Amino acid sequence: MKYLCLIYQEEKQEANVPRDEIQKAKADYWAFTEDIKKTGNYVGSHGLQHTDTATTVRVRNGKLSTTDGPFAETKEQLGGYFLIDAKDLNEAISIAARIPSAKWGSVEVRPVWDKTS
Amino acid sequence: MGLGRSAPGVGQDLIDTIESVYRAESRRVLATLIRLLGDFDLAEEALQEAFATEGIPSNPRAWLVSTGRFKAIDRLRRSQREVSEEHGVPQAAAEYKEVADDELRLIFTCCHPALSPDAQVALTLREVCGLTTEEIARAFLTTAPTVAQRIVRAKGKIKGAGIPYEVPALSDLPERLDAVLRVVYLVFNEGYRFRHDLSGEAIRLGRLLAELLPDPEVLGLLALMLLHDSRRAARLSVEGDIVLLEEQDRSLWDRDEIAEGVALVERALASRRVGPYLLQAAIAAVHADATSPAKTDWYEIVGLYDVLLRMDPSPVVELNRAAAIAMRDGPAAGLALIDAILARGDLTDYNHAHSARGELLRRLKRLGEASAAYKRALQLVTQDAERRFLERRLESLQQPLDR
Repeated sequence: MKYLCLIYQEEKQEANVPRDEIQKAKADYWAFTEDIKKTGNYVGSHGLQHTDTATTVRVRNGKLSTTDGPFAETKEQLGGYFLIDAKDLNEAISIAARIPSAKWGSVEVRPVWDKTS
Repeated sequence: MGLGRSAPGVGQDLIDTIESVYRAESRRVLATLIRLLGDFDLAEEALQEAFATEGIPSNPRAWLVSTGRFKAIDRLRRSQREVSEEHGVPQAAAEYKEVADDELRLIFTCCHPALSPDAQVALTLREVCGLTTEEIARAFLTTAPTVAQRIVRAKGKIKGAGIPYEVPALSDLPERLDAVLRVVYLVFNEGYRFRHDLSGEAIRLGRLLAELLPDPEVLGLLALMLLHDSRRAARLSVEGDIVLLEEQDRSLWDRDEIAEGVALVERALASRRVGPYLLQAAIAAVHADATSPAKTDWYEIVGLYDVLLRMDPSPVVELNRAAAIAMRDGPAAGLALIDAILARGDLTDYNHAHSARGELLRRLKRLGEASAAYKRALQLVTQDAERRFLERRLESLQQPLDR
């Protein structure tokens, strides 16, 4: 089964993180990604630019509207994702728990619709 | 779920036999069918169809599993879906272990932490214990549609999110076991207060867990349930009124359950890993050991509460400790502790805090305050038996003190 692991963290806090910790986090992300590539759980991943670069798009009655900023103002913002392949939710949870940001942010694990079901 | 009683040409004996087989076996069979079919709803429908089939089973469990499975295969074939046919019907030798494992799988799946706590309880009572949604609603003071919705959502999540039907890996066991033990104890408490069949079911689950996962907390929970259950005959009068521990006729206590519970406590304590259930069981064992309230080792009980409070701090444990202190050091000492809990704003809506206060004030002959405390407890009480108990206590304040 495929699961999308959505990584939420406080963008505002990131400015306060010392440089060496950021380097450490990058190294941890790299190691984690290599690890789940080896085990065959990795499908894809990306990190996202901050929500101040976001644009929200809606079409209502055929009319396009765009607004500056994210869809919803929340304490933690979507900062990236991993798409993984896992045997079941238990395996997905154990992989999500190893995403470095789980230690300071939150990871939402969402099963992906299976085309056959 | 009852079976049709009006089937033509079927004797009452046969119907009774099928009903009792159903009660005894249906949940175990369901657990196996869920594993074989990988789908809760399909397994339940298959079970219903198996029961609707004619014929007297000589080996009910195997018969139900195989009939249920074939019914489900038929159904799946009709709906053009695939099911693996390699799963055989469990054979006699391996059957017990396999069926017990299936029940354990079902319990762990129903108590998966990805489900909300309310859903865990509702699903366990429905799937593992076989209660109807109406019965679950009644036990938890909510409505049947609410319970039904919780169960539908939980089943939807199990299927959609891929919650596996398995006993967790050893590394995940402590966290996962906590949720299971919490649900089993909740079921026991519901049963202990209102429905004996539920507490019997919780004890059965406790035995199953203890047999397959003899962790000290699992043994502790089973011991705790057995030791509480041992007092069942004494804790209600013939009129169905509550009798306090101190006033119970101890000759009515079930000695077999006490012996089993105490042996489990000793076995678990030998592991030197104590947890909250084991400590509560140890407290219950000290009570069970005493021939009268006066001969109870209150020093030991207070000491066990001290450890419990450090490990699992909660106002309810503090209240129980205060009651033990009152027995050890006198009612004034216990009352001071209860007043401190209430002054902090904890347990102010908990009827047992006010009734315990009323009892201690009564013993201190402060009858006006005792009456006010019992009246406050009466405002908060929801169960009839507890209401009658408090009303009797209130009436007794008018009579001369007997102790």
